[in-house]
Amino acid sequence: MLRTKALRHTLFILLPVIAVAGLLPLAYSNQLLLFNFVVFLTLAQGVNILYGFTGYLPFGYVGFFGVGAYGFSLAVMHLHLPPLAALGAAALAAVLLGLVLTPLLRLSGAYFAIANLAASQAMFQVVSNPNLTDITKGPYGISLAGVFAPNLSYGVAVAILALTLGTVIYLRNSRFGLALLAVREDSVTAAMAGIDVVRTRTLAWQLSALVAGLIGGVFAWYVSVFYPETVFSPEFSIFAIVFALFGGVATITGPILGVVVLYGIYNAIGISTPQYFQLIYGALIMGLVLFLPNGVVSLFRRWGIDVP
Amino acid sequence: MSPDLAKPLLQIDRLVKRFGGFVALDGVSFHVMPGEILGLVGPNGSGKTTCINVISGLYKPNGGEVRFQGRSVGGLASHRLVHLGINRTFQVPKPFLPLTVRENVEVAAAYGRPAEGPSDIEAILASVELDGLGNKTAAELNSVQQKMLDLARALATGPRLLCVDELAAGLNPVELDRVAIRLRDLARGGMALLVVEHLMGFIDQVTDRVIVLNAGREIFEGVLAEAVRDPQVVEVFLGAAHVG
Repeated sequence: MLRTKALRHTLFILLPVIAVAGLLPLAYSNQLLLFNFVVFLTLAQGVNILYGFTGYLPFGYVGFFGVGAYGFSLAVMHLHLPPLAALGAAALAAVLLGLVLTPLLRLSGAYFAIANLAASQAMFQVVSNPNLTDITKGPYGISLAGVFAPNLSYGVAVAILALTLGTVIYLRNSRFGLALLAVREDSVTAAMAGIDVVRTRTLAWQLSALVAGLIGGVFAWYVSVFYPETVFSPEFSIFAIVFALFGGVATITGPILGVVVLYGIYNAIGISTPQYFQLIYGALIMGLVLFLPNGVVSLFRRWGIDVP
Repeated sequence: MSPDLAKPLLQIDRLVKRFGGFVALDGVSFHVMPGEILGLVGPNGSGKTTCINVISGLYKPNGGEVRFQGRSVGGLASHRLVHLGINRTFQVPKPFLPLTVRENVEVAAAYGRPAEGPSDIEAILASVELDGLGNKTAAELNSVQQKMLDLARALATGPRLLCVDELAAGLNPVELDRVAIRLRDLARGGMALLVVEHLMGFIDQVTDRVIVLNAGREIFEGVLAEAVRDPQVVEVFLGAAHVG
């Protein structure tokens, strides 16, 4: 039954999203905007993997994104790897950072969120250190004009989104996902169900790190010129968290809905009239936290409509 | 009779557990045979639950030994003990609330690695009278049903030793009878049970033998009928007789 459900989710959620993301550039000329949508769709699902399935809120999620971007750039600049191979370096950088930060999982709630935020800022300070200019170009930023390929990198970003959505569909429809939710609910009872709590949590943590690292690498490739502030901006973490929370975590469609609606609003009015945008956004977030902590999707559940 | 039945399944030897300066278990020793129901009784704070917590890997012992099937298992992680065949229920069960009743048991059956192959989830649910509630979330169950779900979760891992921590508290007399019969059935199937309980009627109904604990030490070992005639046990439960 789980398998047929996963197939249905792949056919009716993953394929349409990927088709729209992949084909829209043919009809709509602002590819950068579409690329940003793809980036946030991926990051919001990455937050979903961690927060939705383990309960850890990663306020420093951008750290993985940033080291992914720099892992990609350093591999291109110093090792002269072709972009697709350099994405491997992006993934490796994020997973290594995840490994180093694994002890943070001993913290819980706000303490984890704060420590994670601090860790991402520490990575930013390391990368932008002027003394490392020879390696990271320090605060002066990266230029990868030699590998600039907007169409190809856009396509790769969509492929990473597909992979990420596939991962979330797997978690929603597998025993491993069930085990993660069990650990999230009560780690002691989960251990007495035979689940290796530490291993299960660490796997989800690394999955979400991997997703952010890969999309960070593609981001570096797509924009090809950026500063450390750009790829370590806390806005990435906050946006991804808000989008995921808005739609509803531990679901497949929730974060997608969050990105489409909120990032849509942001782009429609946030740039032309930022003061209204901030007002609406602020009111929306307050209303959500107070009245819909489980996101818009939970509203449908309350009405008896099961939303995947 | 297989030769294994002659050897204790669980052997606790001079077990010590300290919390700072407080000694919760002060050299407790006892054993449980396969197919036996051993009651663990004693006043509040005598170390009954601590004992179960050490056996199930929640606490690491500070001294002494826990041997399961002849193997020293003290201090192993809980999930590894589950895989070896030890499980327990909780005084205050904490089921996975947003998951359905069936999913709660399914995850234990999948990760608990029961030795006898995959557990029959529907049969387990039926055995604790939760059949028909499989699609409800655990949050929708009442507290007695949540206790039964906790029992079902433990059973799905196919334990050889089941520690039952105050399962009877809060049950009505009819439910008590059914649970007692259910526990006896499990023991008849070869499972060893360690039952912590305050309700002496229930203890009398289900156990073959009891250990009386006081202040982290065992003060009596035998059948309940003899325990109530033991002066030390009477003193611990009722206080010393006044002289004059």
